[in-house]
Amino acid sequence: MRLDHSTDNVSRIRDMAVRMRKMALDMALSAGAKGSHIGGGFSAMEIMAVLYGEVLRVDPKDPLNVNRDRLLISKNHCTLAHFPALAEKGFIKEEELESYAVNGSRLIGYPYAPEIGIEYSGGSLGMAISVGVGQALAAKKKGIDYNVYVLMGDGELNEGSVWEAFMSAKQFGLDNLIAIIDRNHLCYDGETEDVMMLGDLNAKMSSFGFNTIGCSGHDISDLLRAFYSISAAAPNAVICDTVKGKGLSFAENRPEWHQKAITREQYDTALADLMGGKVI
Amino acid sequence: MNITKGTIRSWSRLGQRATFFGIAVPEIAKQNDDLMVVTADLAQLSNLTKFKDQFPDKFLNVGIAEQNMIGISAGLAMEGYNVFATTYASFITIRDLEHIRQHLSNLALNVKLIGTAAGVVAARSGVAHWATEDMTFMRALPGMTVMSAADSLEAYCMANFAAEHKGPLYIRLNGVPDCPQVYDESYVFEPEKISIVSEGTDAALIASGSMVHEAVEAAALLEKDGISCTIANMHTIKPVDKEGLKKLFDSHRLIATIEEHSVIGGMGSAVAEYKATLCNTPRQVFIGFQDSFCYNAGAQKYLWEQAGLTGTMIAEKIRSELK
Repeated sequence: MRLDHSTDNVSRIRDMAVRMRKMALDMALSAGAKGSHIGGGFSAMEIMAVLYGEVLRVDPKDPLNVNRDRLLISKNHCTLAHFPALAEKGFIKEEELESYAVNGSRLIGYPYAPEIGIEYSGGSLGMAISVGVGQALAAKKKGIDYNVYVLMGDGELNEGSVWEAFMSAKQFGLDNLIAIIDRNHLCYDGETEDVMMLGDLNAKMSSFGFNTIGCSGHDISDLLRAFYSISAAAPNAVICDTVKGKGLSFAENRPEWHQKAITREQYDTALADLMGGKVI
Repeated sequence: MNITKGTIRSWSRLGQRATFFGIAVPEIAKQNDDLMVVTADLAQLSNLTKFKDQFPDKFLNVGIAEQNMIGISAGLAMEGYNVFATTYASFITIRDLEHIRQHLSNLALNVKLIGTAAGVVAARSGVAHWATEDMTFMRALPGMTVMSAADSLEAYCMANFAAEHKGPLYIRLNGVPDCPQVYDESYVFEPEKISIVSEGTDAALIASGSMVHEAVEAAALLEKDGISCTIANMHTIKPVDKEGLKKLFDSHRLIATIEEHSVIGGMGSAVAEYKATLCNTPRQVFIGFQDSFCYNAGAQKYLWEQAGLTGTMIAEKIRSELK
């Protein structure tokens, strides 16, 4: 895969991520007392910016093109990152983000709306990777050259069927499958290593036959390097080291911010940090 | 295919599973470019060896990983494949339930689930391999069609229906090799319509799957006592044939539902749910597993006896209910 590493391009994607972070803060504030999935949304922001800003071959004018890359969002509690990315890419208008979490809108819950680039309704963890295996296998059988990207949380790797899917990806030779793991080290009840140890995740993935690539999940340049390292000989795992709640100083690395409401003061703090260049 | 008396006899000898996967599915594969058959390490047991050799590109074995099987099937269906996924009825409907709900039901994907050894066909293997709640789970899922075949011919017809049907569907197969024949070559399978095997006036015996033949036996015994029974094969459990059921309610004084399945949530419940919306309908007797696994394993007939599911026992039950 040819990705543009130039300073200009990195800075373009960084600017995009900053805009997405601003949109996400607005969405979180508009959700009011109901709150929103802060932690996993803000940990995935730069991953999503790199995907939509550079990596994914998708076209909002032709959203169902058979040759498009597929993105399945398994850790679906990152809509605060996904919906702004869809707005940036032109799948939805930025104004539509105002309908986030509004009853009956298409941006509430874990929607399924392929016509606006939402290809999968996740939320129940550990299930999308199997679907991704099916889609990647279909590409091989039909001789079509799309990639299937599955964005997963680290906590969901506790689910057993995830490993069934990893095993089958290698068995079926799916080098067009890319499991992106948002390694933010927290699940609902605390540290992943305390709740259910993942241990040496790189070694686990490699032993399942994956081309395993580590990167800093908030560093645009490093993310680009990681996606550039995708191999055409094995299924790929891009393990992105991230911070849950990244950019919200009061929420970073704090499990209680998995799902929570932000106050106006907290919003102002986070926005000032973002605009002051303190986040990314 | 030209179906003769001889064909049907040979299919009965094969049983439902071998007729479905060994006869019908290879025929479908010749017509249907998009077909994919997915199994979880049961190619041999499901009589798919011939199919696998004949159509290697349309066959996928995922190993002993039933959940992954459904996810992969969903991914294939999203890319336009018409998928038949199969393993034991117990594993496919129970272990896989959430994958089925999230992917096939929620996203309305074109995957056909074929559950083999439904009911207590795997009699001596014990509870792990029995499926006596599969219809309950599948029936609860929005958009899911649920079917149960009375004999090998009907299993063959259902395979062809499933290939044409768009959307998620579950077929339970419980006819073992040498399973009794209910229908002859004149049978016309009408999906979603109750099939009347024979008409009577006192009790309507509404059965599905292997119990249709037991109902036929029960009706013959009752006939000798002057009790006239209609035998209705409710092969489509969901959606229910309301019109067909209403006719049965209107013309009998007792309704008996008979299934190789729990009486909670299965075919009998489907009948009762509709019946409850009508006034002045006859009483219903639920014949099936009465919230019990019959913990001691044994032959299928032995287990049927534990649950009152043989023709003789069904006849006794109807006789006492009509007293």
